[in-house]
Amino acid sequence: MKTDDLIRSLALDSAPRMPLARALLYGFLPGVAVSLVFYALTIGLRPHLFDLLPNWRIVFKIGFPIAVFACAGPLALQLARPRGDPRPLVFILIALLAVLAAAVIIELAILPPDLWRVRLIGHNARICMMLIPLMSAAPLIGALIALHRGAPQNPGLAGAGAGLFAGAFAAALYATHCPDDSPLFVATWYTLAVLIVMVVGALAGSRWLRW
Amino acid sequence: MRADRDSEWSSLLRAANAGDSLAYQRFLRELAPVLRAFVRRLLARTNSAGAEAEDIVQDILLAIHLKRQTWIETAAVTPWVFTIARHKTIDALRRRGRRIDVPIDDFAEILAADTEEPNLASVYIDRQLGTLPDVQRKVVQAIAVAGDSISEAAEKLTMTQGAVRVALHRGLAALAARTSKGGGAA
Repeated sequence: MKTDDLIRSLALDSAPRMPLARALLYGFLPGVAVSLVFYALTIGLRPHLFDLLPNWRIVFKIGFPIAVFACAGPLALQLARPRGDPRPLVFILIALLAVLAAAVIIELAILPPDLWRVRLIGHNARICMMLIPLMSAAPLIGALIALHRGAPQNPGLAGAGAGLFAGAFAAALYATHCPDDSPLFVATWYTLAVLIVMVVGALAGSRWLRW
Repeated sequence: MRADRDSEWSSLLRAANAGDSLAYQRFLRELAPVLRAFVRRLLARTNSAGAEAEDIVQDILLAIHLKRQTWIETAAVTPWVFTIARHKTIDALRRRGRRIDVPIDDFAEILAADTEEPNLASVYIDRQLGTLPDVQRKVVQAIAVAGDSISEAAEKLTMTQGAVRVALHRGLAALAARTSKGGGAA
C-alpha cells in the first residue's frame, strides 16, 4: 500500500473523536453505578452516620479519598497522553500524603498509647481490604476501557493511575459504611487496599493499554 | 521557523478534529515526509535496512490517526507527533529484535526528507490486510488500494455509506492493532 493512499483512506475516516476526558467519564460512570448498586444492596450507609457528625475523623476518612480521587482522574489522563505532564498532579498527591501523615501524627498525639493498637487494627480491616478492591473493580474496568483510546508512554503507569482513580472512589464509598474512624486505620488499611487496586490496574494496563 | 510549522500543524489538526477531512489530509501529507526523515535517521543510527522505513512511517500515521483525540488543542502538536513517532519506531525495532535508545529532544529540528517520495509503498500493511475480516478487507482495499471514494466503495460493495465508514474505521483500527501486536515486518 502506498503511503499516499493510506493517507487518503485515513482522511476519509475523519469523523470527530470523543475527547479522552469525556471518554474516561463515560467509561467510569457505569462502573460507579454498578458499585453503588452493590453498596446499596449489601453494606449500605453506616447507621446514624449523620448523627455522628461533625467529627474530624469521619470527615477526614471520607474527605481524604475524595481528594485523592479528584487528583487521580486528571493524573490518569495525563499518563494516557503522549507528552502528557503528570508532574503537577504528582506534587498534589505528595502533598495529600503529607496531610495523611499529619493526620496520623495528630491522632498519635491525642490518643493514649494503649489505644494505638486497638484503633489501628479496628473492627473489620479484612472487610475493608476486600470491599474496597471489590467496589473498585467495575469502575477500574470502565476506566481501562476508556484509556484504551489513549496513547500512554508507559501503559503500566497509566493503568496504575486508573487503579488509583477507581480505588480512591471505592475507598470514599466504603468510608461511608466503615465503623473505624481513626486515621491510623485509614492510613494503613485504606492505603493498602488502594495499593492493591493500583497493582491490578498496572498489570492490566501493561497488557491492555499497549498500542 | 519551527514555531511556524507547529502553528500550521495545530490549526490543521484542530480543523481535522472538528471533522474537516481536507485539512486532515493536508496535515497527514505534510507530516509524512517529516516522519520519513525521522524514521530514516533512527534506522541509520541502528544500521537497519532502509527498506522497512516506509512500514514504520505508515505505522506511525495509523497511530496518529487512531490516537488523534489524545492531542490537547491548546498544546503544541509537534512534540505530540514526535512522541508517537518515537514510540512506534522503538516498538517496530524492538519487534525486529533490536534495541535502541532514542533521545527525546532533538526532534524539533527534523526537516522533511530531501527527496520527497510521496508514492513509497509498504508491503507490510498489504500482508496484514489479508488477515482482516472479509467486509473490512474489501472496504479498505476499495478505498486505499483501488482509490475509491466512500460512495464509490458503497456502490461497488452494495453497502450503505454508513456501513462503509464503519468498516473502514474498524479495518484501519484492526490494521494498527495487528502491526503493534503481530510479528515483525521482516
